[in-house]
Amino acid sequence: MSLSAVTSTHKLPDMSRVPTVDEVGVNERVARFQTRSIKSASKVEALKLILSMIDLTTLEGQDTPGKVRQLCQKALHLHDAMPGLPHVAAVCVYPTMVKVAKKALGNSGINIASVATAFPSGQAPLSVKLDDTRMAVAEGANEIDMVISRGEFLAGNYGMVFDEIVAIKDACGDAHLKVILETGELGTLDRVRQASELAMHAGADFIKTSTGKIQPAATMQVTLVMLQAIRDYYAATGRMVGMKPAGGIAHSKLAIHYLVMLRETLGKAWMTPQWFRFGASSLANDVLMQIRKQATGVYQSADYFSKD
Amino acid sequence: MATASGKTAKRLAVAKTYKIFIGGQFPRTESARYYTLKDRQGAVIANICRSSRKDFRNAMVAARGAQDGWAKASAYLRGQILYRVAEMLEGRREQFSAELKLQGAAMRAADKEVDATIDRLVYFAGWADKYQQVFSSVNPVASSHFNFSVLEPTGVVAILAPEASGLLGLISNIAPVIVGGNTCVALASESMPLCAVSFAEVLHAADVPPGVVNILTGYRSELSGQFASHMDVNAIIYCDGDQQTDKAVQVAAADNIKRVLRRTDVSWADESSQHPYLVRDTQEVKTTWHPIGK
Repeated sequence: MSLSAVTSTHKLPDMSRVPTVDEVGVNERVARFQTRSIKSASKVEALKLILSMIDLTTLEGQDTPGKVRQLCQKALHLHDAMPGLPHVAAVCVYPTMVKVAKKALGNSGINIASVATAFPSGQAPLSVKLDDTRMAVAEGANEIDMVISRGEFLAGNYGMVFDEIVAIKDACGDAHLKVILETGELGTLDRVRQASELAMHAGADFIKTSTGKIQPAATMQVTLVMLQAIRDYYAATGRMVGMKPAGGIAHSKLAIHYLVMLRETLGKAWMTPQWFRFGASSLANDVLMQIRKQATGVYQSADYFSKD
Repeated sequence: MATASGKTAKRLAVAKTYKIFIGGQFPRTESARYYTLKDRQGAVIANICRSSRKDFRNAMVAARGAQDGWAKASAYLRGQILYRVAEMLEGRREQFSAELKLQGAAMRAADKEVDATIDRLVYFAGWADKYQQVFSSVNPVASSHFNFSVLEPTGVVAILAPEASGLLGLISNIAPVIVGGNTCVALASESMPLCAVSFAEVLHAADVPPGVVNILTGYRSELSGQFASHMDVNAIIYCDGDQQTDKAVQVAAADNIKRVLRRTDVSWADESSQHPYLVRDTQEVKTTWHPIGK
């Protein structure tokens, strides 16, 4: 495939003109989101919304088909003792596990997300990354989580990173493309903003903070910068782009802070699983325990919730 | 805290801030509430944190997080750490004695209570590597099995400490719980909370892993329901129960079938109140059937 043919419909923005980020301002704004008072009725709704936005994830070298089936089982039966709960948005696995997940999930309405492009480092030739992506899509993944080449990005080869995303997007076909910036390796919020713009202009359906393999993973600061980039991109082009913070969001309270931030930055239109996701493995159980706490008034124990 | 003596009369007194102890740290209550502790003459001794159910929840998270590691620590190490707590307390006996007096104890009684507390810690430290032998058993069975029972810690124990014995009563309930590999959240005596907070500082300095002991101060009437109902509490020890609280605690505890241990009318100063059965109280008996040849 000729890259230039594809790039013609997408244009690399002038990276020198990407707005810079006021870090102090971001910190202050983030602190403000954490002081909102959430009333109980809203809290229950927020918790349910969070459940429906979770990409239940297992991305370990030690993943076995059994482990993936177990995760899918968890996705299908979050907590059967409480009827009326929404299901999670997707299950996120490695490409080799897509087939297993597909079989386990059937037509439950839960999407299958697959990481691709030599996740998590992204250090592989483009041909390998394209094959990785096509294989995942062919096996049944509806969503592809790709990593950008941080090395090339940091070296200033923006065009190369851009073309790569364009090519992967093309290889995705109908599958949604989430572009992982791995903000923990980008160093500054300015570079997070640049990478966000680059990924969106290259055709990303979602931008995602992290692989979960690098610390720090998602923070409210980088998520805010990315949300602002999405807002500005929407104002300029009219195209909505989704957001997925991933890694390090293990508690309901923090997840609710993220929702507040989403609401106050992008507005109601983004408050659905179609436009916002949490990449997490342990968040679901904490949310379930909080919902149960709201229903019974009694603090819960992990002993009474299935492991994922 | 202490009033300035003659020599340093012009010096401003530096009053101690009494905070709670959660996960090895000393936060103030998240609720920002406090109650005022007064001496018999009505003079203010200190402001004491009035912990909320959220403080209790946070303490439970810390206690649960610490439990596995603490249970896996060798019995010998747990004993050594408890002994170390006694050593640290020995070095600070005057502070504790002064606090007891501030809260109304007579001079000799205060010294005696501190001594008894240190001795009690040493007593339970000694049991660390012994209670298992005493309470475990090899059981005769009528089949070709080697059948034996051993003790395992029950998990996280919530303690409503005795009201009238601010130091000794508290330690007499905490020590047997943690020596057996449990972790705990204790609510200090409402009217005598000073030593509980200072004891937390001793624990902090004595290599007790963060989260093994968590100490809250506040109103028992407000927190006892939470202590009894929290699903992650495996056992609740409540001292000085009356008929009404007995019922309330037992009903709330039934939700997850906590162990309920009621300790009423115990004279904590008396040596008869120290015995290894206090350790066994928060242990579960695990029996194993091991097949053998005929």
